[in-house]
Amino acid sequence: MFEEMVKKPASWLSGDGTSAGIVISSRVRHARNISNFPFPPVADQAHKEKILSLFKAALAKNSHFKKGNLLISPEVTDLDRTFLVERHLISPEFLQGKSFQGVFINKDETLSVMINEEDHLRIQALQGGLKLDECYQLSSQAEEELGKILKFDYDSEFGFLTSCPTNVGTGMRASILIHLPGLVLTREVDGVISKMTKSSIAVRGFYGEGSDVLGNLFQISNQNTLGKSELEILESISKVVAQVVEAEEKARETLFKDAKDQIEDKIWRAYGILKHARMLSSTEVMNLLSALRLGVGCGTINQVSLNQINEILVLSQPAHLQKYFNRQMDANERDATRAELVRLKLNGKGKSNASH
Amino acid sequence: MLCQDCKKKDAKVHLTQIVNNEKVTLNLCKDCADKKGFNNPFEVQVFPLTQLLSSMAGLVTEKKSGKEEKKCPVCGNGFSDFSKLGRFGCGSCYVTFRTQIAELLQKIHGTAVHKGKSPQIPTGDLLKGWQEEKKLQDELRKAIEKEDFEKAAQIRDQIKTMISKN
Repeated sequence: MFEEMVKKPASWLSGDGTSAGIVISSRVRHARNISNFPFPPVADQAHKEKILSLFKAALAKNSHFKKGNLLISPEVTDLDRTFLVERHLISPEFLQGKSFQGVFINKDETLSVMINEEDHLRIQALQGGLKLDECYQLSSQAEEELGKILKFDYDSEFGFLTSCPTNVGTGMRASILIHLPGLVLTREVDGVISKMTKSSIAVRGFYGEGSDVLGNLFQISNQNTLGKSELEILESISKVVAQVVEAEEKARETLFKDAKDQIEDKIWRAYGILKHARMLSSTEVMNLLSALRLGVGCGTINQVSLNQINEILVLSQPAHLQKYFNRQMDANERDATRAELVRLKLNGKGKSNASH
Repeated sequence: MLCQDCKKKDAKVHLTQIVNNEKVTLNLCKDCADKKGFNNPFEVQVFPLTQLLSSMAGLVTEKKSGKEEKKCPVCGNGFSDFSKLGRFGCGSCYVTFRTQIAELLQKIHGTAVHKGKSPQIPTGDLLKGWQEEKKLQDELRKAIEKEDFEKAAQIRDQIKTMISKN
């Protein structure tokens, strides 16, 4: 299964879809617990085993889940686990040797269910570009199918009950991963973020060494799960995302108007380094890819597609690299191999099935 | 700057999150950041909520002291366990600590009343078992609300037996 996955990039990487140049991916997840069992942080092994077997039975009864794989924790190696984290299919601390945890993944990796994570079930839909509604449909449908077989913890006042009170109510978190180099370069990003947080939207950025935001990637998601219906939550997120996309487009226009030479230089240099470097760390790749993505989005560079950039972003991560080249590597060796992979992908030879 | 987790190595990874207009920063060394999965370029992380929730729970719990703590008849956890873990033990905790939880939810979400989807009701063969379970659960809820924990424990066991038969 893993071999197939590494060769065939996940469908959400395609780089098409609305605002794909700015919004990288969309995700909706539902947290659910099965009635009368302690939540996973408190449950003992026997309870977890039962939850897992109830889920398995539900899978077998439902045609919705026919096409896919169920992976269970002690059988998943460390490398495979990291691979799934890198692929957005499980959370970083999941499947770490604890027994009776599992993940179901459908064939095109658009739907996954984590079993015995913080809640009994975490049902997640993932798509490329701005596709929150599609994600909601998928996740919600899976939730309903499972809910016809399993009885979920629900309180008529509080809604769906979860292990952490921040998820109570709808149990739904909708989030998008967004690329905001324009707003970062024009230093408008803090203002845009603080405006968003006023409408109870959470924004998370990943800052590397120094002041640069790593890869200029941000995650926008709903802060509250209670008091608003699912559709209202989606609507408020979509509204905010549309505003951020517009602000980012404006910032890019300003940049190209006021500092065209500097920006184009930054983009072409990034492309040059990616195409020719012999050693690349993952941080460097992320920052260079950000410049390249900006170049592709603004039409400065048309030799590269968003699909290629997304593929490199995923494949250049440690576990993916090792799976792709089919051998264990230390950090140094990975930097060299990473550079090799990037060259391969950018020279168009390794479209999806590189000769290696 | 030292890593705020291990307090040994230099902090190299700086994660910033803005929640409710408040900027919170996490400064970690590379090893601790890796351990928490913060080095995954996509997985922009959710902050560790536990401390935040504990402090919120502290505001709610400080009312009853001295008396023996009330425990959830189903999972055995008390509200103080929530303060430590930042997580509830089971669905019945929400009945057992209803007043405190409503207050907590109000603080977190600005409301304590759900609006949105309700659960599916199964059809066919599954319906009968579902109805039986629901009936027992309603009884369990009533017993907990009346603080009749002996009865609650009996019903809990009845539910357990019923589930293990299925």
